Amino acid sequence: MIWLTWRQLRGAALMTAVLLVILAAVLVPTGSQLAADYAGGLAACTRGDDCLGFYDQLFDDYEIPFLASILIVLILPAMIGLFWGAPLITRELEAGTHLLVWNQSITRTRWLAVKLGFTGLIAVAAAGVTGLAVTWWSGPLDQSAREGFALMAPLVFSARGIAPLGYAAFAFTLGVTVGMLVRRTLPAMALTLVAFLAIQLAMPLLVRPHLIPPVTSAFEIGRENVDGFGINRDGTFDIRLNSAIPGHAGAWVLSSELVDPSGRTVAASGADGRITGVPTTSGPCAPAAGSPDGCPAEVNRLGYRQKATYQPLERFWPLQWIETGIYAVLALGLTWFCFRWIRRRLT
Amino acid sequence: MTSVLQAHELGKRYGKRWALRECTIDIPAGHVVGLVGPNGAGKTTLLKLAAGQLEPTSGGITVLGGRPAAGPAQLARVGFVAQDTPAYAGLTVAEHLRLGARLNPRWDAAMARERIARLGLAPNQRAGKLSGGQRAQLALTLGLAKRPELLILDEPVASLDPLARREFLQSLMEATVEHELSVVLSSHLISDLERICDYLVVLVESRVQIAGETDRLLATHHRLTGPRRAPDRLPAGQHVVCARHTDRQSTYVVRTDAPVHDPAWTVTRLSLEDLVLAYMDKPAAADRRALLEVQR
Repeated sequence: MIWLTWRQLRGAALMTAVLLVILAAVLVPTGSQLAADYAGGLAACTRGDDCLGFYDQLFDDYEIPFLASILIVLILPAMIGLFWGAPLITRELEAGTHLLVWNQSITRTRWLAVKLGFTGLIAVAAAGVTGLAVTWWSGPLDQSAREGFALMAPLVFSARGIAPLGYAAFAFTLGVTVGMLVRRTLPAMALTLVAFLAIQLAMPLLVRPHLIPPVTSAFEIGRENVDGFGINRDGTFDIRLNSAIPGHAGAWVLSSELVDPSGRTVAASGADGRITGVPTTSGPCAPAAGSPDGCPAEVNRLGYRQKATYQPLERFWPLQWIETGIYAVLALGLTWFCFRWIRRRLT
Repeated sequence: MTSVLQAHELGKRYGKRWALRECTIDIPAGHVVGLVGPNGAGKTTLLKLAAGQLEPTSGGITVLGGRPAAGPAQLARVGFVAQDTPAYAGLTVAEHLRLGARLNPRWDAAMARERIARLGLAPNQRAGKLSGGQRAQLALTLGLAKRPELLILDEPVASLDPLARREFLQSLMEATVEHELSVVLSSHLISDLERICDYLVVLVESRVQIAGETDRLLATHHRLTGPRRAPDRLPAGQHVVCARHTDRQSTYVVRTDAPVHDPAWTVTRLSLEDLVLAYMDKPAAADRRALLEVQR
């Protein structure tokens, strides 16, 4: 049965292998180059400001391959579900060959077990290898990328570590299940794609933030989390926060806002928030003071804080394991359903 | 082992429609069984139930004493060639034989190779490129080389031209004699089966109309032609299969174990084809009879 499964998969598997080899041929030399650039640049920059400039430069240099590699890792599981999962059973049903193979001296349960197990393992291995290779390649960028492209950013997170393994296993079993229910290849492929995309969107938006209860904490206002101050014509004072968290670089910020001394929200980060009680004609926040470095201390003294909810960077691996585990459980559930369906309902 | 196929009150329903109902049948071993009936009569359903491709909705069925497709051992004992003889289009003839060898414990590789060679099939040809007749022969080879005790074929010749039909049935006959297996095959044309079947099951409108050895069926069915007579005036032992009436004359096909002695009738023997047609005609004949009663 393994022979037959391999014989049916051979073409697709070889094509995938060729694509993976091409990917490796691109990733290995550019990855070494990237690591060398990173090590060299880091040694050259001594002060923090220089290094920030270097990080930006490095990111700009590698932006296109960086984004392309994320795209590949995100798309691969969907492709596996579409082109390996959905047709696995429907192709047999459409050609009637299930009637041929189910009447050899082999039960359908065993037939399905080999087909699912063998094809699924190859699919998961392909996705896993790709995911880990890209994780290795982008290591330097992940340590230095600007906010929005950092390791914990939703899209980057999904394309790193072991999560692609879970996605591939789930997409494959989803394709097989939909195929069994719909029984025709093209509708099954379309449905698989829609369902998989919906779940892949729902996961980072609705589920992942709560896999581990996020940290909510108040932070003093300082250099890291302030975007700018402003004095209005009527003499009132505005402050605009960004969503960086002091002392937690690389955290996935779910919400960040300016709160007044009584804890009421004044403004979300990115928007101007009115601070009452800051003298604008004298003191550290007045234009006359010259450098505004002393101004945040004044705002803090009045009791204004940044209130932020976030997942710190240290939770990257715990979150990866939990998410992969969830997808693995979903894949197992679908597999169980497939076996039940093939015994009870299918033709 | 005396029965290849036993069914009791067997039924299969798709949604609201019964594809097969109240099918009670007992087919003894060692026959070539023809399953005849018009299209949509439930032939494929019955054969798929026997092969374990379908689960019955009601009743029970045993094949060679076991539940169909209950496990690898039961699957090995029953061969099934599905309608339109499906094959993997991308696999070559030789790869199909390899598939058979890998999936069947009792595989007869020598026989399979020899049959393929005798049929003139190129081993490296893809099954998708074979003609309908060649593909049917390949499917039959897979079914035979598995060395089953019972081989089930669903409309194996339906898509073949007359020459390919004859060749296919010829090679099926030879294999049946050589390997002493029981065969059940279906067709909507009795002419396909007449020459090779020694047992007949007639299935019309999802019900079994009659089943028995062909010799016995032919001996117990008669066509009676004579002056017009209502069916209730026939003797008790004579079961009307179908009836036709003109103004003066009645023609009955009856089933009876006793000889027909009534001098008013001209008794003629039926051919197998006439017999099957009489059963297929039965529901329609009943309607016409009702009409006749009204006109009188």
